[in-house]
This record gives sequence, C-alpha cells and structure tokens, in this order.
Amino acid sequence: MSDHLEELRERISELDPTIYPLFSIEFGDAVIAVPLDDLLVTMHRLRELGFDRLGMVTAVDRPEFFVLVYRLHSRALSAGLFVKAKVHKEDPVAPSMFEVWPAADWQEREVFDLFGIDFEGHPDLKRIFLPDEFEGHPLRKDYDHPRVIRRPDYI
Amino acid sequence: MTLEIESKEATHDTDGLPVEELVVNIGPSHPSTHGVGRVVVHLDGEVMTHVEPIVGYLHRGIEKMSENRTYLQVVPLTDRLDYVGSMYANWAYCRAVERLAGISVPERAEYLRVIVCELQRIASHMMALGSAAGDTGAATMFIYTFDERERIIEAFEELCGSRLTYNYVRPGGVSFDVPEGWLDNVLAFCAAHRDKLTEMDKLFFGNVIAKGRLKGIGVLSAEDAVAWGASGPVARGSGVNWDLRKHDTYSVYPRFDFDVPTGSNGDAYDRGRVRLFECYESCRIIEQAISQMTEGPVKTPLPRLLRPAPGEAYSHIESARGSLGVYVVSDGTPRPYRMHVRSPAFCNLALLKILAPGHMLADLVAVMGSLDPVFGEVDR
Repeated sequence: MSDHLEELRERISELDPTIYPLFSIEFGDAVIAVPLDDLLVTMHRLRELGFDRLGMVTAVDRPEFFVLVYRLHSRALSAGLFVKAKVHKEDPVAPSMFEVWPAADWQEREVFDLFGIDFEGHPDLKRIFLPDEFEGHPLRKDYDHPRVIRRPDYI
Repeated sequence: MTLEIESKEATHDTDGLPVEELVVNIGPSHPSTHGVGRVVVHLDGEVMTHVEPIVGYLHRGIEKMSENRTYLQVVPLTDRLDYVGSMYANWAYCRAVERLAGISVPERAEYLRVIVCELQRIASHMMALGSAAGDTGAATMFIYTFDERERIIEAFEELCGSRLTYNYVRPGGVSFDVPEGWLDNVLAFCAAHRDKLTEMDKLFFGNVIAKGRLKGIGVLSAEDAVAWGASGPVARGSGVNWDLRKHDTYSVYPRFDFDVPTGSNGDAYDRGRVRLFECYESCRIIEQAISQMTEGPVKTPLPRLLRPAPGEAYSHIESARGSLGVYVVSDGTPRPYRMHVRSPAFCNLALLKILAPGHMLADLVAVMGSLDPVFGEVDR
C-alpha cells in the first residue's frame, strides 16, 4: 500500500514540483494539504495532472477550524487523492470548485447547507436539503436544538 | 425550497401572439419521481427550457445521527440510506470502520459479502429497469422485473430475516452464515435468471416503442460524465469504463473473471441496457464466488464498544448506482466524530438539469428513470 503511495508521490513531483512539498501520507491515504488561498490554483494543476474526477466534497468541524475535504480520482494515474484545506470559523469562505469540476455543484451546496461555509464563485449557492428559512447549520458541533436528544455516554 | 414559483412576463412570438413561459411543478409525491423528490420544470410549449430538481424531502440527518451513536449502532442507519440496495451502504461503512480500527475480515465473510452485494445489484437493477419501464408505459416489464427481484428479496429474508433493511454486513464480517441449501438456491436462481434477462432484453429493449421513447433522450457525453462526477451505469452508459470493482479493486473481486459493460451513445436507452447486462456479469461473479468459497468463520469477534485510534478512513465500493464512498473520522471515543456518505444517487441526480432541457416534458420521466435516483440516498 505505502509503495503505491510513494510511487504516486514520485509521479506527481515529476509532473509538478510545486505540489511535492504539500504531499503527505495520513492514515494510509495520499493527502495534499493546501493553504486556502492556493486551493483553486492547486486544484487546477491537479486537474491538469490527470485528476479528472472530483469524487467527494465534505467538511469536518474541528475545534479551531473547519477542514474542507476533497477526494479526487485519476483514471490515467489509477490513483485516489485527498486534498484538504483549513477554513477559518469566523469567516468561513472558500473558493468554489465548480469551474474546475462541475461535480462540485450540489456537493458544495450540501456543505453550505450543513456547515455554513460560503463558496465564492458558485453559480447557485443555496440550501439543498433544509428549508431556506432553517436557522443554523446542523453538522456544526456547536449546533443545538431543544429536540436534539443526546444518547448517554457509554463508560 | 421556497414554494413561490415565478413566471416570466408574456412575450410575443413572430406572429405577434402572446407567448408565456409555463412553470410546472412535479412532485414531491409523484410516482415517476422514484421517491419523494420534486422537479420544477420551465416549459416553452412542450419543450423543457430549464429543469431544477429540488431534493431534501427525505433528509433525516443520518450523518448527524451517526455522531450520536456508537460505531456498531450506525450500521442499521446505513440500511436506511439506499433502501433499494442496503447491503452496499452496510459494506461501505463497515469497510471504513474496519480500516479505521484495523479489523481483519475472514475470507468466507468476504465471499458472502460479494455474493449478497451482487444479488443486491441484480435486485436493484431489476427495480430500476422495472420502474423506468413502467414510467414510459411498459407495465409488462415492471411485472417481469419485480418477479425476479422478489426471489432475491425472499433469499435475503431467509438469510437475515429482513426484506429491505438487512443489517447483514457488520464490522469484522457478516452477521450470520448462510442457511443450509441457500447457496444451491442462489445458483439455481442465477441459472434461471439469465434466460429471464434475455427475455426481458427482447421484451423491452427490442421493443420499437421503448426504442422510440429512450433512444437519443438525455444524452450525456463522456466528458460531462467525468466532469460532473457521474458514476455507475450512468457513466458507463456514456462509454466511461469506470468500475471500482475493476479499477480500484477491493475485497476478493480481483479473483473473479467478469466484464464491465459500457454503452456508446450515453442516452437513456444505453444506461438502461448497461444495467441489464450488468445483471449477467453479477450472475457470473456469484457463480465463481460460490465455487471458490471455503468453510470457515464469518465474523471476527469484536468488543461491543469499538474505540478506534484518532484518525480517518475512506472506503468506496461500486454500488448499483455508482461509487458509494463512506468517510469516517474518529477522535478516539466510541462514537464517530464525523461520518459522511458520498452518495452516487445524489451526484447522478445533479445531472438532471443538464440532461433534460431541450426534450419534451414527457421525456423527463424517461431521463429521471434512467438516472435511477433513490431518495433515501440522495437526501440522507
């Protein structure tokens, strides 16, 4: 497994040396951690490298920041790759990937709906699952509602 | 999800007659929306100019609910995602947890997972073909496919006591070994199913009305299929040879000899026919799996409370609808910190707004049926 990832790292660094320092292996997956400002440029580069498919867009609410998680696939390199970027909690704005992969359309709307992260450049950013008048963003850890029942802690 | 629908001001056509854009709302509770989904269609005469699917009517917040349950308690929730193919979500979630917690799976359990998931693929495709055919007026096909599906559902009922929400694949294996004679019944089903498939192919895909209704409808180019993140039969109908069982293989799939059927035109007809041909391949895989299987345990004993080390894991499998991914983040407690489902039905349904415009309103159901959305998985 790790041989394959090392090979991918070599291939990517040959193709584009600027991406090499961002590459790491976390929990057995290839991860590229990018500062938010460079996210769009890096994604354009990765797309040119052959990552033609945006599989997943989601976010994780960490105590200090949100982490945007993108899962890319390349049929040419036969590899999968994670791209992660931290988003500030005070000003949750990220660039939209719609211009790189239209697949981001609904998935970014989902992250906007459930996490409240704004995607700049998205053609039609609005809530997708919840009603427009819904207040709050339920997948945030600080979301609370009187009808939410927390199960007891086990041990 | 507002209910106000605005209509444009009336304009005039070349003869000076007033022309008004008509807005038609379909659903949320409509037989051809395959669940509780709504589509707002803007019409110029009979031709759709703008189509907007509106989803969320079945949103139960399964991802949020998972954060409030232990790792094993989440498995029954995954049944409720894609209720036409529950085994897939079970498996994708369990693979992610197994990866996260470093759990090994006995070989017999892997074979059983492959067998039930390929049976599930046939059952799910039968549902897709039958309801898509029913939408376009071919009620006979609906009866044929549901007859086949019923046999599989009965086999699953015998296996795990449930017809739709199986909770069969568990972290570390599967819940039960097969009952006596079950595998022979499955083999007999596969042998008979091939003849039924050939019959269905002639009955529906050879029918001149079905060809007229489906050919050239909702054409998706291979480039768009990749860029829009389409997967499963929707992408393969456009000639994109992308099947995780082959191209990012998992479990014991490398041991089987099977083909990946692809279409060439990317229309509703090709997407449907790819599903039919996949059923033949599933029969082949099931027969090979049963012949290769050996006796042994079907579950690794696990503690009731899993506490994976902090980390994250992603696992994806080829479900009947496409690449089904589950992303699980652990913070070292007995509950997942975050569980996300990359739903193929959700990503494929997003294509409706580029596939439907330009066609007649009556073709909307043909396009939607060919995308095979299951709203439990779209809305989660």
